[in-house]
Amino acid sequence: MTALIEVQNVTLARDGQVVLEGVSARFEPGEITTIVGPNGSGKTSLLKALIGELPPMKGKVRRAPGLRLGYVPQKLALDPTLPMTVARFLSLPRRVSADARGRALRYAEVAALEHRQLADLSGGQLQRVLLARALLAEPQILLLDEPTQGLDQPGQAAFYQQIEHVRDSIGCAVVMVSHELHVVMSASDRVICLNGHVCCEGTPDVVRNSAEYRALFGAGTHGALALYRHHHDHSHDHPHDHPHDHDAAHDHAH
Amino acid sequence: MLDDFLVRAALAGVGVALVSALLGCFVLWRRMAYFGDATAHAALLGVAISLGFGISILVGVAVAALGMGLAITLLSGRRTGTDTLLGALAHSALAAGLLAVALIPGGARLDLEAYLFGDILAVSRADLGLIWGGVAVVCAALIWRWQALLVTVVSPDLARASGINPKRENMLLVFALALTVAVAIKVVGALLITAMLILPAAAARPLARTPEAMAVLAVVLAAAAALGGLRLSYQLDSPTGPSIVCTAAAFFALTALARPLLRRRQA
Repeated sequence: MTALIEVQNVTLARDGQVVLEGVSARFEPGEITTIVGPNGSGKTSLLKALIGELPPMKGKVRRAPGLRLGYVPQKLALDPTLPMTVARFLSLPRRVSADARGRALRYAEVAALEHRQLADLSGGQLQRVLLARALLAEPQILLLDEPTQGLDQPGQAAFYQQIEHVRDSIGCAVVMVSHELHVVMSASDRVICLNGHVCCEGTPDVVRNSAEYRALFGAGTHGALALYRHHHDHSHDHPHDHPHDHDAAHDHAH
Repeated sequence: MLDDFLVRAALAGVGVALVSALLGCFVLWRRMAYFGDATAHAALLGVAISLGFGISILVGVAVAALGMGLAITLLSGRRTGTDTLLGALAHSALAAGLLAVALIPGGARLDLEAYLFGDILAVSRADLGLIWGGVAVVCAALIWRWQALLVTVVSPDLARASGINPKRENMLLVFALALTVAVAIKVVGALLITAMLILPAAAARPLARTPEAMAVLAVVLAAAAALGGLRLSYQLDSPTGPSIVCTAAAFFALTALARPLLRRRQA
């Protein structure tokens, strides 16, 4: 199988400062990859390198020829002087029919927002509109930058479920950046943990149990995280003991 | 008909209104107001260059404005704050322009006021051709790249993910701005060009729900300001450039005041 995007020994710099060093990774069709790491670990930079907005200082980023990317940014820095309805936004940069637009909005469960101003949407609504726009391009790979930021846990769970559904229905690869270190989407095929370099990678279970991951995220929380993780681990074995803790994304995986 | 200086002035004014309103929308959306100001301030340096080398004013001003635009693009994002950079470059360029004009042989006899505030009533047939030529080029470029420019305004990352190079689109705006300054200098002058970029677009903003509606409204308001200002200056015997700008400012004030009412209606 050929990779959609292949990253070879890439070093990335922002304003002359190296933020990420020696990263190699392959992103295969249909695969869900979650990139985690603390703030400033180079997650967003890696995503920007994948879409081509941040050229690597060293190494190579290879995209399959004619690759269709769907990108869902963390937020939009919309200037208040720019009037923009949701409907108009979905036709950027390629004009789409009202039909396709309606379908994408219904799919993202935001059909009612079609004629609202983009600037008036809540964070969660904007997130779904951005997803709808990305899906209109029929992407082979969908890249999302901290898509669940600002969502509560049920909201996060619902969003993760939706992403999994997108992958299953259109078969695109998904690359998702998350600062939520302990609630990694359970449907991830692979987790890459960054901290200026790739500190560990593998299936969610492999990463969760790796010493590097524990060292990185266990220490900062003074045990709170470990407790949570412990709890989290146990809910695998006794799913009915803690119904209040179950988010849908978690359930879905088992 | 073109023999009448008022007809020529009206045509020149409408041409400049068209291009500055359209480009002005991007100036607002991209927060380039001071960028535009700095570019326009370099125009006087362009006038001095034109006199010194005996080339067309339009070419000299376009070259100087483009040089300034490129300098800002290259220098911004480095150590110096963009605000500081723009302030420093804008006023240094203006001072250097004034100095250069004074030192160039024959420059002392130059009517400075015409270049600072415009002299629309002195527009010749040849000027009119150059103005409308420039207007056509800039408008065509903006309309051709409209979708790509818009997505770049919304988010450079989204542009890149769609295969659009946001740097190239921004560069197009820099070139468009330089050419607009060059065609507008005769009409409103170096110091008032920014006003024609910002006021019609800002006046259109509260009335619009899409970028296209804002652009069309801005063009209509700018043309109305150009013709209204010309009439005002004819009646009051006031300087034409400032009269046009004041008319545009009145439109801006009116729609800004009407904004709360419009919002209530929409809600």
